[in-house]
Amino acid sequence: MEEIIRVHQLSKRYAGSDRYALKDLSLSIAGREIFGLLGPNGAGKTTLISTLCGMIKPTSGELWFKNLNYRQHRREIQRQIGVVPQEYALYPTLTATENLSYFGSLYGLPAARLKQDIAHGLERVGLTDFAGKPIQTFSGGMQRRVNLLAGILHRPNVLFLDEPTVGVDVHSKEVIMALLHELNEQGTTIIYSSHHLNEAQHFCTKIAIIDEGRIVVEGKPQQLIESVSGASTLENVFIHLTGSQLRDYA
Amino acid sequence: MRKLFVSAYKEVLLLLRDWGGLAILFFMPSVLIITITLIQESTFKAVGESTLPIVLVDEDQGEIGKLVAKNLAEAPNVQLITEIAGQPIDDNRARDLVSGGEYQIALVIPAGISDELNDKVNHNVDKILGEFALTGDDSTTATGHQPEKKWKTKEINIYFDPAAGQTFRNGVKSNIERMLSKVEVQKIYDVFIDQMELTEDPGLLNDEIIAFNEIIAQKGKDGIIPNAVQHNVPAWILFGIFFIVVPLGINLVKEKNLGTYIRLRTSPVSYTVILGGKIITYTVICLIQFALMLLIAKYIFPLIGLIEFDPGAQLPLMVLIAFVAGLAAIGLGILIGTLAETQEQSAPFGAIFVIILAALGGVWVPTFIMPEVMQKVSAFSPMNWGISAFYDVILRNGTATDIARPLGYLLLFFVITLIAAIFYDKKHQTH
Repeated sequence: MEEIIRVHQLSKRYAGSDRYALKDLSLSIAGREIFGLLGPNGAGKTTLISTLCGMIKPTSGELWFKNLNYRQHRREIQRQIGVVPQEYALYPTLTATENLSYFGSLYGLPAARLKQDIAHGLERVGLTDFAGKPIQTFSGGMQRRVNLLAGILHRPNVLFLDEPTVGVDVHSKEVIMALLHELNEQGTTIIYSSHHLNEAQHFCTKIAIIDEGRIVVEGKPQQLIESVSGASTLENVFIHLTGSQLRDYA
Repeated sequence: MRKLFVSAYKEVLLLLRDWGGLAILFFMPSVLIITITLIQESTFKAVGESTLPIVLVDEDQGEIGKLVAKNLAEAPNVQLITEIAGQPIDDNRARDLVSGGEYQIALVIPAGISDELNDKVNHNVDKILGEFALTGDDSTTATGHQPEKKWKTKEINIYFDPAAGQTFRNGVKSNIERMLSKVEVQKIYDVFIDQMELTEDPGLLNDEIIAFNEIIAQKGKDGIIPNAVQHNVPAWILFGIFFIVVPLGINLVKEKNLGTYIRLRTSPVSYTVILGGKIITYTVICLIQFALMLLIAKYIFPLIGLIEFDPGAQLPLMVLIAFVAGLAAIGLGILIGTLAETQEQSAPFGAIFVIILAALGGVWVPTFIMPEVMQKVSAFSPMNWGISAFYDVILRNGTATDIARPLGYLLLFFVITLIAAIFYDKKHQTH
């Protein structure tokens, strides 16, 4: 498969910190992959995703999206990616349609197409009847579904997901996962970060475990499980590689 | 352009759904302008039109006491109090009445002051006339000089309420001194008439020799005479406009905390466009706020006994000032919202900062009565630039050229605060 993201010796140290959040990290992600980024708290997952989304600048190293370098083509790259943050990144007092319409417009989508896609999207996630209701009246699961729609309206080539199913009910989770599979089948590369190792094991086609700003291991879920003797789940592999010590950072 | 428009539209929707924010933007300034103008109007009346009660204790019971009582009784806006519940007032009672806050001023004419004044005036007139040998008094010396005589000066006591300000005390003191001088001059004049044995009063004191004509210096002939309304309307319009800092700051902080900020920062749109949407919306809000305040001043003020405010032909320049002041306020709001991490930081800081700027800028107290140091500090308040521009237009019939300097400062303030916010955001988010 064609390489869509390439990271070369990426390092990031935040201003005022003596600790590297990422240290000489190199990575390659192929197109149409569902790539899982796993790691304990403070391992560097959020920093890596934020850098890949163009939100923060690396201290050193290079990143490419297809053949576009992030330093020179940030805006062009941002047109082709979608982001679904862990937070409900929606305006609570606006309706589902108003939220989606606003975020879709920022990608320059024509009004007619946007209207059609919003209606189709809301129907796909079972929220047609709630289109005109303010987001603040929605349950957690409903908000997660709108949150996901806001990130995919412009049909991105790469979709970044940060804990897309945290705090949702089983039914909402089913709808979200099904939609993500559908998107991937249509050609969208998914980069997924989560603490739900069981979900990652079944959802991802490839996984990288990050710890202390470096990639510890990378491979298909089954390969990783088989590489550790006695491991039957990804969770066993994770504990084996990162240890069972608590990782608390302030 | 469409991104800018949808960003502005989103801000309008957010505002329309936020009743608390709308109250801050429209209701509060409306209440404020009416309340403060009514209070200020009363203050103006307190020193100008309304009645000031003065307690008079006449221990003299002579000519001077009667003259002072007559002058006070005839003075406009003075209510003479000489007894309480049918009982005469003495020195101690007068002091208690003032120190207890029941009255602000008491005047005590000491016993014997009339006799002493008569004695003194007679002596001095005799002495002067003796110099010209116009009197054949036996007491004159061989050289025509009277022997020097010493008097113990009698003092009229004025008790002031401790809460009365220095300006008020000086004003009252000056008026009483003027009145007593008049009494003295009249007395000297009467003695001269008497001593010179004139049968008819030549009427020398009937007309004032020097009179004052109070003119407000303005450009043009159609200038408006300043009043409390013309001070308060522009001042509180600016205060209302600058209070936009609070909801705008909260808006930005909320966006950061909601996570929508992440979505905005990862979308192919510059932060300047996102801020542009806010600038457009809040500028329109400022102008609506300005229009609302003007409508209140024009149509509501007369209904509640205040003077109508009519901008007349100066309206376009006033709109221009409101527009530029709005930009300055928005720049400040964006900067505060960018620097603050939480609503608990942005809201109180924004509100207090605006109140400080208002105080420094001359919204509460005109700058000319501030201490010199504060007048210098005041020159750095954007609200002072706004008020200066409004005063130039309203009170001095100023033109666009006259207000170019304060408007330039306001625009510069907007540009600097906006650049600082963008720079800080860039630095903070990407490093």
